Amino acid sequence: MKHRAAVLGTGQTHHRSKRLDVSIAGLCREAADRALADAGVGIDQIDAVVVGKAPDLFEGVMMPELYLADALGAVGKPMLRVHTAGSVGGATGIVAASLVQSGVHRRVLAVAFEKQSESNAMWALSISPPFSMPVLAGAGGYFAPHIRSYIRRSEAPAHIGAMVAAKDRRNGARNEYAHLRQADMTMEKVLASPMLWDPVRYDETCPSSDGACAVVLGDQAAAEASSQPVAWIRATAMRTEPTMFSGKDHVNPRAGADAAAALWAAAGITSPIDQIDAAEIYVPFSWFEPMWLENLGFAQPGRGWRLTESGATEIGGQIPVNPSGGVLSSNPIGASGLLRFAEAAMQVTGKAGEHQVPGARTALGHAYGGGSQYFSMWVVGDTPG
Amino acid sequence: MSQPLHAPLDIAFDYTRSLGPTLSAFASALAERRILGARAADGLVHAPPFEYDPVTAAPPAELVEVGPGGTVVSWSWMHRPLEGQPLDHPFGWALIRLDGADTAMLHAVDAGSADQMRTGMRVWPRWSHSRGGGITDIACFVPQEPEAAAQTVKQPEITMITTPIRLGYDHTVSPGEDSFLRGLAEGRLIAQRCPACGKVYLPPRGACPTCGVPTATQVELPDTGIVTTFCVVNVPFVGQQVPVPYVAASVLIDGADIAIQHLILGCAPDEVRMGMRVRAVWKPREQWDTSMRNIDHFEPTGDPDAPYDTYAHHL
Amino acid sequence: MTDVAVIGFAQAPGERHSPATTNGVEMLVPIFGEVFEATGLAKDDIDFWCSGSSDYLAGRAFSFVSAVDAIGAFPPVMESHVEMDGAWALYEAWLKILTGEAEIALAYGFGKSSAGNLRRVLSLQLDPYLLAPLWPDSVSVAALQARAGLEAGVWTQEQMAEVAVRSRADGAGNPKAVRPRSDGSRSAVDLLAEPYVADPLRAHDCAPVTDGAAVVILAAGDRARALAERPAWITGFEHRIDSAALGARDLTTSPSAASAGAAAGAARAQVAELHAPFTHQEIILRNALCLGDEVRISPSGGALAGNPMFAAGLARIGSAATEIMAGRADVALGHATSGPALQQNLICVMEAK
Repeated sequence: MKHRAAVLGTGQTHHRSKRLDVSIAGLCREAADRALADAGVGIDQIDAVVVGKAPDLFEGVMMPELYLADALGAVGKPMLRVHTAGSVGGATGIVAASLVQSGVHRRVLAVAFEKQSESNAMWALSISPPFSMPVLAGAGGYFAPHIRSYIRRSEAPAHIGAMVAAKDRRNGARNEYAHLRQADMTMEKVLASPMLWDPVRYDETCPSSDGACAVVLGDQAAAEASSQPVAWIRATAMRTEPTMFSGKDHVNPRAGADAAAALWAAAGITSPIDQIDAAEIYVPFSWFEPMWLENLGFAQPGRGWRLTESGATEIGGQIPVNPSGGVLSSNPIGASGLLRFAEAAMQVTGKAGEHQVPGARTALGHAYGGGSQYFSMWVVGDTPG
Repeated sequence: MSQPLHAPLDIAFDYTRSLGPTLSAFASALAERRILGARAADGLVHAPPFEYDPVTAAPPAELVEVGPGGTVVSWSWMHRPLEGQPLDHPFGWALIRLDGADTAMLHAVDAGSADQMRTGMRVWPRWSHSRGGGITDIACFVPQEPEAAAQTVKQPEITMITTPIRLGYDHTVSPGEDSFLRGLAEGRLIAQRCPACGKVYLPPRGACPTCGVPTATQVELPDTGIVTTFCVVNVPFVGQQVPVPYVAASVLIDGADIAIQHLILGCAPDEVRMGMRVRAVWKPREQWDTSMRNIDHFEPTGDPDAPYDTYAHHL
Repeated sequence: MTDVAVIGFAQAPGERHSPATTNGVEMLVPIFGEVFEATGLAKDDIDFWCSGSSDYLAGRAFSFVSAVDAIGAFPPVMESHVEMDGAWALYEAWLKILTGEAEIALAYGFGKSSAGNLRRVLSLQLDPYLLAPLWPDSVSVAALQARAGLEAGVWTQEQMAEVAVRSRADGAGNPKAVRPRSDGSRSAVDLLAEPYVADPLRAHDCAPVTDGAAVVILAAGDRARALAERPAWITGFEHRIDSAALGARDLTTSPSAASAGAAAGAARAQVAELHAPFTHQEIILRNALCLGDEVRISPSGGALAGNPMFAAGLARIGSAATEIMAGRADVALGHATSGPALQQNLICVMEAK
C-alpha cells in the first residue's frame, strides 16, 4: 500500500543570525534552488509544495505559504503548510513523504524556514497572556530544570553538556552552511562560559538563526531515474503527547520513545547503535544529546551520557551524533527539523563534504518541539531496504 | 457558560524586513520618487514588481519605470479606517494600473468621498514626507495630477524597511483557570480533579490532558509543597522585576498531581535543592488580584527534604 | 488507491462571541463527544489526528498546542497540525490513510475569530513588503473583487443579494448557524436597500465573524462500512493555489478552484457546500466548478450562516458528507478556501456506493 519514496536532493542556506541580503522569499529560494539543482529536477517537475515554519509571529506574516506561492513555483499546484512547533521541520519532511508514499504525487518539494531576525525569537516565545505569571523567558529557561532532573536521575558528571557543545561546534566548523563554526571550541571553554539558567551555560545553547532547508522527494521511478545516489526513506514516525500532564516524564518523554520504537520496527532496526551509521538529532541545549540517546534507544536509560563521554558520538565514533554541528550550530527554528532530516540524507548519499561520516549507509533524522511533546523522525538509507 | 475572566492582550513589534535585490531596487526607486515594475518572461510588466514570476518562478528579466500616473481598475470605500491604514479619514482602496504596467497595484486613494471614486479615473501618487519606507513612500494616490513631476533626487540604496505590527485581542481564560484565579483573589489555591483518572490539576486546564474530559470537582489545596526541579536564572528578561540570580522552580503543592512554576526566594540560590519543602509567601492582602502574583514567592520551611522517590515520577 | 470515506461529522454552534478560550478546548470537547457517540468510536480508536488553526486568531505563538488537551493524548498519539483551515488537516489525514499508516483518522479545526479584529488580522496574509504595510483589510480586498465582477458583468448586485437571501433561509433551519441567527424573511429588495459597509459590499454580502469548531472522521474500506450505514466515499480530493499578486490575477475567476474541481470531478456533484465568505465568491465558485442550476448549493446556509475561521472549510466537507450519509444525495462536494480573494481552494468530492 505504501509507495517507496526517496530524497532526490537537498539544499540549505548559509545560516546566520541575520540574513539581511535576502527577503523571506529569497531565503526560501536559496535553499529550494540548491535542492532542485542537487536533485537534477526542474521546478516544473514538482507536483506539490509543502512549507514548514514555526509560529507566524516570528516574521509577522500570517500563513506565509500564501505569499510564497509564486516564489516556490507553486502557482497552480497543491501547497500545504505544516506547523508542529520546533519539530515542524521534521513534520514537513514526513508530510512531504506521505504525498509520495500515498501514491498521490511523484515529486514533492518541501521547504522549511525561519527568518527570526525580522523580530526577536525571545520576544515571540515569551508573549505571556493576561493572568499568567512568567517566571522565566525563553526555551532555555523552560528546559533547564528538566536537564537538572536528567543529571540527578542519571548521576551524569557535570561536564557532559560541555563535551557535547564543544563537539557540535567543532563539527559546525566542518559544515560550510553552519551559523556557528568554532573549530577551536573545547570543553574547558564551554565550562568557562557564563551560566544562563543553571545548569545550562551560554555555550551550551543554540543560536538564533535565519535559515532555510529544502528537500526534493521522488517516487521509485524518479529515484531510479536519478543519475546520482538517492536517500531512500525506510521509515517515518511521529508521536504527540500533551505539554503538561500529571506524571509526564520530561526527561524521557513517552511520545519520543514510542515514536522511536515505531520507527525502528518499521525500518527493521533491532539495534540502533549498531545499525545506524549517523544520527542527526535535535539538540538545542547540549544535555539533550545524552537525553535523546536514551529516549531513542541508543543507550539504556541513565547511560546516554557514557556514550558521549566515551567519544562515541564524535565523527569516527561508534554512533556519530550531529556531524553537521546540529541545532547547537544553526537554529532557524522552523527549518531545524528538516535540516536534521536532510543531513541524514546527505550522509547516506555521500554528500556531507567535510562532515561526512565515512561509509554511512543508514542514518537517522530526528526533531522534537513544544514542551518535549511533538516528535518526528525518519530513517534513510542508500538502498530501498 | 458564564463569562470567565478576560483581559486585553496586545502584541506589538516593529518588524525589520530585509528586502533582497529586487525589492531593494523597488524601494530605492521609490525613495527617489520613481516607480519600477518588473518585466516577466512573457513580456508583461508587473507593477508593483514581482520577486519571482508567477508563471516561471524566475526573478524579473528587467525592471522598468512605470507611472507615476495610473488608472483605477477597481475600487472600494473605507468608511471607518482601521489602525495602520494609509489615511485616518474615509478613503478609497483601489487597484491601480500604472501607466506602462499590465497589472494593478493596490493602494489608497484620497478622493474625499465614495461618489468621487470611479473605475477608469486617473490618479497620481502623493508622496510621503519621509523616504525609505518602501511602498509607504507613496502615502496614497489622489485624483489630481501634480503640477510638476516629483523631483528625482538621488538617494542611498534602501535595503530594509520597518513594519510596525500591533494587534489587540481580548484574551479569555478557561472555566478551570477562572475558578483558580478567583480562588487566588481570596488567598486560596483551588485545583480540580479529573473525573476519569482522578488526578488533581493545579491550575486546572481546559480539559484533563490525558483524558480529554473537563475537570470538574474543586479541590482546595494548602499553600505548601516541595521543589521537584528548578534552575537558577541569571538572564533577566524584559519586564522581570526580580533581580538575578533567582530560582525558578517547579513547585508540587501538597495534594496536587502536577507542579506549578514559581519563584524560590528567602534563601541563596545555591541553597535550593530538589525535594526542598517550601511554603508560599503572599503579598499583602490589599494587593491581591485574580492572579498568581498574589503569591510573591515560595520560601523554604526548614523541614527535611522530601525523599527523591516521592517525587521522582513528577520529573 | 484505498477507499476512504467520511463517516462522522460534528460542529460547534457558531457564536459571535464565544466565552471559550482561543485554545479551542471548550469548543472541541463537546463535539469530540458528539462525533464519538454518533460513530460508536472512542479516542483510542483514532489512528491519526490532525488539526487546523492559526496563532494569529489567538495572538499567541503555539496556541494550537493547548488544543491537544481536548484529545487526551496519552498514551501518545500520531498527530499533526497545519496552520490552515481544518479542510487541509483532513487532506493530510486522508494521505495518512492512503499510506497505510492509519485506518481511522480524525481532523478538526477551530477558531475564535472574535478574540481579535479579524478583518485587520487577515491583512497579514498579504505580501509583507508590498501590501501588508498598508493594512488592506480582508473585507476591502473582497470588495475590490466584488466590484471587478460587477463592472465586468460577471454578476449583479441582485444576484449577490439572492445568494444572501437563500443562505439566510437555509441558515434559519440550521441549528449550528451562528447565533443570533439572521432573519430569513428579508427579500433581495429589502437587503439592497441597506447601506454599503465596504462599497460595493453590504452587510448581507459578508459572512458573520464567527467562533466555532468542527470535526470530521475518516475511515478506510471495511472499517468505514462497519462504522456507517452510508459512508461518504471520497472519489476526488484536490487543492490548488493561485498567485499572491492580487493585481496580477483576474479576480473574477478562480483558476485554482477550477483546476482542483476539474481534477476532483466536481461537475458530478448534486449538492455542493461552498466555503464562500462573500456572496460574489459563491458565484465565482459556481462558475469555476461548472455547477449547473440543478445543483443544490450550501443547504447548510454556508459560510454566510456561520464562518468559524479554520473550521468553516472543514464544516463544508462535513455538511456535504452529511447529505450523502443522510440519503439526501448520491454525489456531493465540499469546498474550502484560504487566503485573500479565493487565492487557494480545495475540493472534496464524495459519493455513496
